[in-house]
Amino acid sequence: MSTDNVTFTSAESQESVAGSYDTTEGRVYTVSGGDWDTVAGAPEGEQDRIVVNMGPQHPSTHGVLRLILELDGETVTEARAGIGYLHTGIEKNMEFRSWVQGVTFVTRMDYLTPMFNETAYCLAVEKALDITDQIPERANVIRVMMMELNRISSHLVALATGGMELGALTAMEFGFRERELVLDIFEMVSGLRMNSASGRPGGVAQDLPDDGAQKIRDTIPLLRKRLKDTADLLVDNAIWMGRTVDVGYLDLAGCMALGITGPILRSTGLPHDLRKSQPYCGYEDYEFDVITKNTADVYGRFLIRIEEMEQSLRIVEQALDKLKPGPVMVEDKKIAWPAQLSIGSDGQGNSPEHIREIMSESMEGLIHHFKLVTEGFRVPAGQVYAAVESPKGELGCHIVSSGGTRPYRVHFRDPSFTNLQATAAMCEGSMISDVIAAVASIDPVMGGVDR
Amino acid sequence: MTEPGTPAVPQGVEELEIIGVRHGAFGTTNGGDTSGFGGLVDPIVMPAPATRPFGGWFDEVSDELELALEANGLPATQAIEKVVIYRDEITYHVRREHLVAFVTLLRDEPGLRFEMCLGVSGAHYPGEAGREMHAVYHFLSITHNRRVRVEVSVPDGDAVIPSIVAVYPTCDWHERETWDFFGIEFTGHPALTRMMMPDDWVGHPQRKDYPLGGIPVEYKGGTIPPPDQRRSYN
Repeated sequence: MSTDNVTFTSAESQESVAGSYDTTEGRVYTVSGGDWDTVAGAPEGEQDRIVVNMGPQHPSTHGVLRLILELDGETVTEARAGIGYLHTGIEKNMEFRSWVQGVTFVTRMDYLTPMFNETAYCLAVEKALDITDQIPERANVIRVMMMELNRISSHLVALATGGMELGALTAMEFGFRERELVLDIFEMVSGLRMNSASGRPGGVAQDLPDDGAQKIRDTIPLLRKRLKDTADLLVDNAIWMGRTVDVGYLDLAGCMALGITGPILRSTGLPHDLRKSQPYCGYEDYEFDVITKNTADVYGRFLIRIEEMEQSLRIVEQALDKLKPGPVMVEDKKIAWPAQLSIGSDGQGNSPEHIREIMSESMEGLIHHFKLVTEGFRVPAGQVYAAVESPKGELGCHIVSSGGTRPYRVHFRDPSFTNLQATAAMCEGSMISDVIAAVASIDPVMGGVDR
Repeated sequence: MTEPGTPAVPQGVEELEIIGVRHGAFGTTNGGDTSGFGGLVDPIVMPAPATRPFGGWFDEVSDELELALEANGLPATQAIEKVVIYRDEITYHVRREHLVAFVTLLRDEPGLRFEMCLGVSGAHYPGEAGREMHAVYHFLSITHNRRVRVEVSVPDGDAVIPSIVAVYPTCDWHERETWDFFGIEFTGHPALTRMMMPDDWVGHPQRKDYPLGGIPVEYKGGTIPPPDQRRSYN
């Protein structure tokens, strides 16, 4: 913990610590430590307040989160979170780019859940275009598969960083190692490990490579085995339980009032999951369980994440079975992005077939290509809201269109942002070490919080 | 024939929701519009208010709301400006002085039971005289599995909306963010300070009159202006 910002608010303690003497340059004060009794000076009542500033550069604050803790000894009496250190103005920037370019921005919001950001945005744009029913089956299956793999990778990072923050370094190594398996799949499918921008209004940017489905299928057994190893490491671990059981308590009423969703809400026993209650992308056709616990503590949230990863693998397997050949982009040529890129002989992404078609076969194809790439499609004026169940909770995308080629306003209701408000409710009155566990169980990602 | 720039009014709609007018294809006024559409005048029209019956559960919720409002001595027509239904989503435009009473009913009435507020964000419509600043709230009812949107419009010079933090504590940070980005003041908020931008920041960045900024990019002798100064389709 950083101690450089310790503030003594007791007047007498300041007198006793800060010695002073005169020099030719002026009066010099020397502040040094001392025995606690001398420093704190046994004050009456609440005068002995210590305000500790933790973060934004701190290994246990899950990114650039700043926690302002007011301490009484080791007990936290007040906790405040300061955010905004990773604000990148994504929502503003999107108002100056086309609807399709927006995907490249939103994928960078919560950088651990790019597939969810993209899908939420694409669902919103498709709803505004009124083409939700026209999205091809294969595109939806690929989206579901990518989202569920992404849920695993996000939960793994939650476990890994949460473990590291509580001193379980093996959990961190396991978590990041297993996440590589998922990122390898993302790289194979989209070309990028993170921020893949592979979703696109109307479908997905790229179909799976020829051997893609088989490679994903081959990865699942290894992933399943390794997830079990990670779980075995911690589920019955006495130290882990000592740090997490009955820590960071937040009950159902608290969750409702604070707008908390995701594993934190499900740890209170409420089986609220948008994949079940308001299915999108065809989730109603998949069989999976909504995991709940009723402990409402850090340990319960940890167990939920462990078991949700198993459910995600179930969904991925079902998605692989559903994968039938077909288009991955809507029919409407005025919306559908024209080309499916392939790697050319020069190693660059290109599509010789598409070039042949627009340059020598189809005048309409050339016009559509030119108009879509330079101008982009227009979305009818109006506003819509689309939400997906991200690993952290309800990820909502509210878009307003003025009928132009660019978004008029895009707002993301990021679950991390809302859930982080629970810090005070979870931490106040607990020990300072429990703050770390509680924040880790919220699993905030500052890229999503600050956007 | 109608006047150029006046859209045809659909039947049954009294007033159009015009939020602005688009000129030309590139939105430039300095002769840079070489598209051939430079003289185009195109009003931006938002979806028109809906009339009863709304269809589906929208009528049920609206009935419940009206009854609950009347029971609290507040005629529905006084609290609700208009109802817009677009893409299967219902939006209640609520007058700001009745917002807190309105959302309290949303939360507490058994037939409504919107337990969860998904926060508030803003939108700035500089072309809509007298109603430039909009605050948009989303609500979710887990009990009934429904969503509604509540929108409050206020003039730019008097962008003051009562805070609903007392009813939905989750709006604490959301209202701070909306204040930060749009300059909408939420009265009664426990500590309305900036959320994202530094405390000493001047201006509210998501407003339409706030420039995006950026520096020109030079590449191989050519210069590309920042995104908000480039010629683009509007």
